[in-house]
Amino acid sequence: MAEAPDWRNEQACVPDGKPGIFPLRVTGVSFEVAGHYLLDDISFELGSGPLTVILGANGAGKSLLLKICHGLLSPTRGAVNWQSASKVRVRNSQAMVFQRPVLLRRSVAANIDYVLRLQGLAKPERLRRIDACLRMTGLSHLGRRGARVLSGGEQQKLALARAWAVRPEIVFLDEPTANIDPSATLFMENLIRQFSRAGTKVVLTTHDLAQAKRLADEVLFLHQGRLLEQAPAKQFFDGPENPLARAFLQGELPC
Amino acid sequence: MKVIRNILLCLVTVFIVLAGQVQAGEDFITLASTTSTQASGFFDYYLPLFQRRTGIEVRVVAVGTGQALKIGENGDADVLLVHDKIGELKFIRQGYGVDRREVMYNDFVVVGPKKDPARIDKMKNAVAALQKIAGSGATFISRGDDSGTNRLELRLWKVAGIDPGADRETWYKEAGAGMGAVLNMTAASGNAYTISDRATWLAFQNKGDLDLLVQGDPRLFNQYSLMLVNPEKHPHVKKRLALLFMDWMTSAEGQRAIAAFQMAGQTLFYPNAQKRTQQQ
Amino acid sequence: MQDLGAVLQTALKLMLELDDSLLEIIFLSLRVSLTATLLAAMAGFLLGAVLAVWRFPGRGSFLVLLNALMGLPPVVVGLMVYLLLSRAGPLGDFGLLFTGTAMIIAQWLLVTPLIAALSQQIVADLMLEYREQLLSLGASRWTMLQTLLWEGRFSLLTVMLAGFGRAISEVGAVLIVGGNIMHHTRVMTTAIALETSKGNLTIALALGIVLIVLAFLVNAAVTFSKIYAKRLYG
Repeated sequence: MAEAPDWRNEQACVPDGKPGIFPLRVTGVSFEVAGHYLLDDISFELGSGPLTVILGANGAGKSLLLKICHGLLSPTRGAVNWQSASKVRVRNSQAMVFQRPVLLRRSVAANIDYVLRLQGLAKPERLRRIDACLRMTGLSHLGRRGARVLSGGEQQKLALARAWAVRPEIVFLDEPTANIDPSATLFMENLIRQFSRAGTKVVLTTHDLAQAKRLADEVLFLHQGRLLEQAPAKQFFDGPENPLARAFLQGELPC
Repeated sequence: MKVIRNILLCLVTVFIVLAGQVQAGEDFITLASTTSTQASGFFDYYLPLFQRRTGIEVRVVAVGTGQALKIGENGDADVLLVHDKIGELKFIRQGYGVDRREVMYNDFVVVGPKKDPARIDKMKNAVAALQKIAGSGATFISRGDDSGTNRLELRLWKVAGIDPGADRETWYKEAGAGMGAVLNMTAASGNAYTISDRATWLAFQNKGDLDLLVQGDPRLFNQYSLMLVNPEKHPHVKKRLALLFMDWMTSAEGQRAIAAFQMAGQTLFYPNAQKRTQQQ
Repeated sequence: MQDLGAVLQTALKLMLELDDSLLEIIFLSLRVSLTATLLAAMAGFLLGAVLAVWRFPGRGSFLVLLNALMGLPPVVVGLMVYLLLSRAGPLGDFGLLFTGTAMIIAQWLLVTPLIAALSQQIVADLMLEYREQLLSLGASRWTMLQTLLWEGRFSLLTVMLAGFGRAISEVGAVLIVGGNIMHHTRVMTTAIALETSKGNLTIALALGIVLIVLAFLVNAAVTFSKIYAKRLYG
């Protein structure tokens, strides 16, 4: 397995003196569908530092919450507020990786090029970043290959590379390793950790306890649409306050 | 991907250019005529002669007489060559056409199955033949398309005192089609009669079981005439070129060429242009 | 029934000899129908994609109308175009009646709704798949439209073939607006109609076979390049 390259040199979100987008304030967010509350009165705040893991069983509402934070959906009630007043800045500084990668029917390199073009970058810079991202994810030899003919793991790495290519201030990852094999999973987790250290805020959802333990600096525990606990990782895994969280950690929580 | 896009763009441009190609610099006139002159192959033979002589191309739109007159009325053609005198005179009276010149004639014939259930073979009286067909139980297929042939057929029924469309008679079928299609239907039916112009009949390749049964009645006379679409109503009409064509067709040379058109040793159209006097 | 052997023999003879008048008719058929299809694709893809990507009041009714227009009878379209282009009509001064351009216009009117309705469906399905991801990447609606049209290019190519099939096989519209004038507006289908009316059924059938072979060749060429490209890009 290839060693993940050292990303300390690749700075994320070069500080430019303008007010940052953090903290992210989520207040009283609810999402209702046909009388059913899929998310119920969720409030929390996210700073730019810690790698945040949103933990919970299947159907807890993790994906939904992520999409609402990212702006793909509007909550029925409540608000999502970023620090920055600039809507453009807020939109352009985020990226998301979905559980199943959605790639375009073009080459691997072209998929990354696509999002860089959307950001309006000039060709030399685009080529540089594509090259860097492909090297980072170990996909350099597949640059010309059609993205859709790649294996599941390779496609997800490409999705990650594509998210990284725009140097986002925050990246949302929705169960990114749910469908890939263990060795690829560890590779991806390594990359994710590097992103976090390079300065990008990582918000990741998972139901995999082991993964959460490996990656989290901070944990948000979701259960049936409610935020039950928000705590630093060590504190949460050593002994959560919420009884349902405790049950979850012991594998005894009914879905 | 860029390559494919560029190829597509090139193809599109090429086709648009090709499609928009106007034959600039070529003299031509539009002649609205009937299906009988077209289907018999007459135009295929005759018009190239004119083009060789004058360099003028004659573009033929072959439709039924009713439609041809309408095309002339709208000004979509320069000259008409049709075969319905009553309709033509009305056309002139209404001011849509001028300078009517009779150019050639032939006749209509009644055709039907060789076994001839109505027993009209060799009759000289077309009206009587039609009366026998009506009473025989065999089918009659009509053009039903307001063509010259159709109009003549209906006039014969009127003289015969029969209204073939009345009471939804099942033996009378209005095809609403050209002569060729009607002949196809008649041949395929096996028990049907119809009226055709001689030229189309002689040239028709699918006679099957059909035979020429009745001819020679003076009421079956079929006169073809030219008319110029009125340039005063439609200033864009190519008057000069159209008149050149009309003059040529009525000239000795043009008339000879009409007579020379033969099929299986038979003349299809007989020239009969009269000396240029004020005709109406 | 015509002697099948004679028909096939005549068809083969036609295709091998390829005499000038037949070539002229074939070339004109392709010119008219391919041009009409390409132009219809430009309009139809755009229209279909817009309907799939944007939501606006009345969109549903518009979709119903579009689907209904797929079934426009060619002869009716021919008549309408004739009335428009006739000297007595509003666009008469262009002198387009009885020309190849008139035929292209008529076929364009027939093929565009077909392409638009089918591509709307394709792009709408793609929207379901891609919308969230494209939104996340920061694409505007207009960018989404372009991206999805390119994404669906293989299916859209098939849609174009369907449109071409409709164009090359119709006879009602081109007969009325073209006039079946030799060397100028006589295409395969109107030539077949003419030969039939002359009673030359063998030749008519043989021409029919040539037309089928022609359509088949066009389809095969497009389909094979599609398969090849798909293997590359998935």
